[in-house]
Amino acid sequence: MKDHFRLLLLGLALLTCIMFVASLLVGPAALGTSDSIRALLMGQGDAIVIVMREIRLPRALLGLMIGATLGLSGAVLQGYLRNPLAEPGLLGVSASASLGAVIAIYTGLSLAFPLALPLMALAGAVLAVLLVQALAGRSAGTLTIILAGVAVSSFAGAMTTLALNLSPNPFAAMEIVYWMLGSLTDRSMLHVQLAAPFILMGWVLLFSLGRSLDALTLGPDAAASMGINIKRVQLFAILGTAASVGAATAVAGAIGFVGLIVPHVLRPLVGARPSRLLPASALGGASMLLGADILARLIAPDRDLKLGVLTAIIGAPFFLWLVFRTRRGMS
Amino acid sequence: MTLLNLSRLHVTLGTRRVLHDISLDVGAGELIGLIGPNGAGKSTLLKSVLGLVPSSGGIRIAGTAASRLSLRERAKHIAYLPQDREISWAVSVEHLVALGRTPHLRGFSGPGANDVALVESAMQRMEIAAFRHRSALELSGGERARVLIARALAQDAALLLADEPTAGLDPAHQIALMQSLANMVGQGTSVVVSLHDLGLAARWCTRLVLIHEGSIVADGIPADVLTVDHMRGIYGVETYLEKTAQGLIVQPVALVGTSHDTAGKR
Repeated sequence: MKDHFRLLLLGLALLTCIMFVASLLVGPAALGTSDSIRALLMGQGDAIVIVMREIRLPRALLGLMIGATLGLSGAVLQGYLRNPLAEPGLLGVSASASLGAVIAIYTGLSLAFPLALPLMALAGAVLAVLLVQALAGRSAGTLTIILAGVAVSSFAGAMTTLALNLSPNPFAAMEIVYWMLGSLTDRSMLHVQLAAPFILMGWVLLFSLGRSLDALTLGPDAAASMGINIKRVQLFAILGTAASVGAATAVAGAIGFVGLIVPHVLRPLVGARPSRLLPASALGGASMLLGADILARLIAPDRDLKLGVLTAIIGAPFFLWLVFRTRRGMS
Repeated sequence: MTLLNLSRLHVTLGTRRVLHDISLDVGAGELIGLIGPNGAGKSTLLKSVLGLVPSSGGIRIAGTAASRLSLRERAKHIAYLPQDREISWAVSVEHLVALGRTPHLRGFSGPGANDVALVESAMQRMEIAAFRHRSALELSGGERARVLIARALAQDAALLLADEPTAGLDPAHQIALMQSLANMVGQGTSVVVSLHDLGLAARWCTRLVLIHEGSIVADGIPADVLTVDHMRGIYGVETYLEKTAQGLIVQPVALVGTSHDTAGKR
């Protein structure tokens, strides 16, 4: 069993590496493989260096980080809430981060100061998590957290729609809609530097929960009776998701389905153990997002296909297939 | 040695007084049945010992005040079987039992040889080793109950608190379950078990504690606790009681105030 798990992690790591390199090599500027890599590593060739280091590297890095974030936080939330339908957006973090970004676009702040958009989005995520934590309060009940998340999500969604509704011109509305669909296009190393600290902080919190999530398989009372501090688990799950998913949404918009599907697909392969699902799901999420981003560039190189659209197009039928498989398994 | 000592324990949830002035000692080698009508406070009593509900008054675990023990340290002394037999994911039986070692593991280190041996021994004792690789979600009710007891056994605590472990099981599985609790007691673990089946309580427990509206009203050997008066006054039923070679037979037959021709008084 142990060797089987190691093999799976190794395979997923390899897949992620392949996707990462492929992401560096695919793009509208037709560059040779060896030229590209030489430019990236040694800085030889002027225009190619700029393309590789300023355009493709941040894009691939963000794909890696954000994909892993979505996979990991999905696995943690499903384990914590003991619900296979939980996903990173559940806590209202994505919706609130989107709202922050929309406000930045709507007020024109993002035009005056480009980093205002991700910063406002981060502020939105922080506000959401404070609100959810306050609403959930001292009770560690998972239902309260889901309800609080739904309330925050709905409110943020309504405010976003209001901004669209009152949008001063069609271009601002268009920009808002596009941003909400999620994309890794035209992100710079600045975005990477902005998101990385939060994402890494979130990962540390989320990865520390493995053993607690295993114990939660038997329900919160049994887990507490085995020495697990449920309130600490709740705090870490919420803060870890807020930091990592908030930062991810801040730089790339709301990308759905990755955090829902990846843990689902990988769960049977890790013997359904929540602790083992965490690293597997992080690697799986990174592979899926990098793959989707490559696909977006291959299918329509000049149309800037939105990542969120693509993950949903791939994700939804896949999810249906899962539903059918589960139904067959039950009957 | 006193494994657990409760003195003047009070629990108030919201504005409702759930437990009132509970004092109780649990010693080594005891199989204590916690009985009482629905809502009497049996589950709350077990949970307050574990620190799952806030309480006031004294709880001492193996001689130490519970307030000075972390959850993890409590877990090394006391194992707990909750009433619902929740299992969220399709983990294998073996991994589920191994969860019992959770309080003994530190950091990211995996289980040691001692942990593996205790898990193995728990599976052997509950006779579940044969299906150790099966998914815990595919088990029958009786198998699931045994697997969960094995999980608690693997925790290697001196005291087990079991909340309604026989609920929903057929007679054979009920007896097998009580037998395994009795075996645990034989091997040095003390057990406090809440029960609705008074027949099982009378037959298997060395001592019964009767709780009514949050207070202990009787505490002693089964024959002293299960009396016609207690059955009438607290459960509101007329009861047929008979002492036999197999122990006390307890059969509630009618609600108080209705016809009870068959109710005996012995």
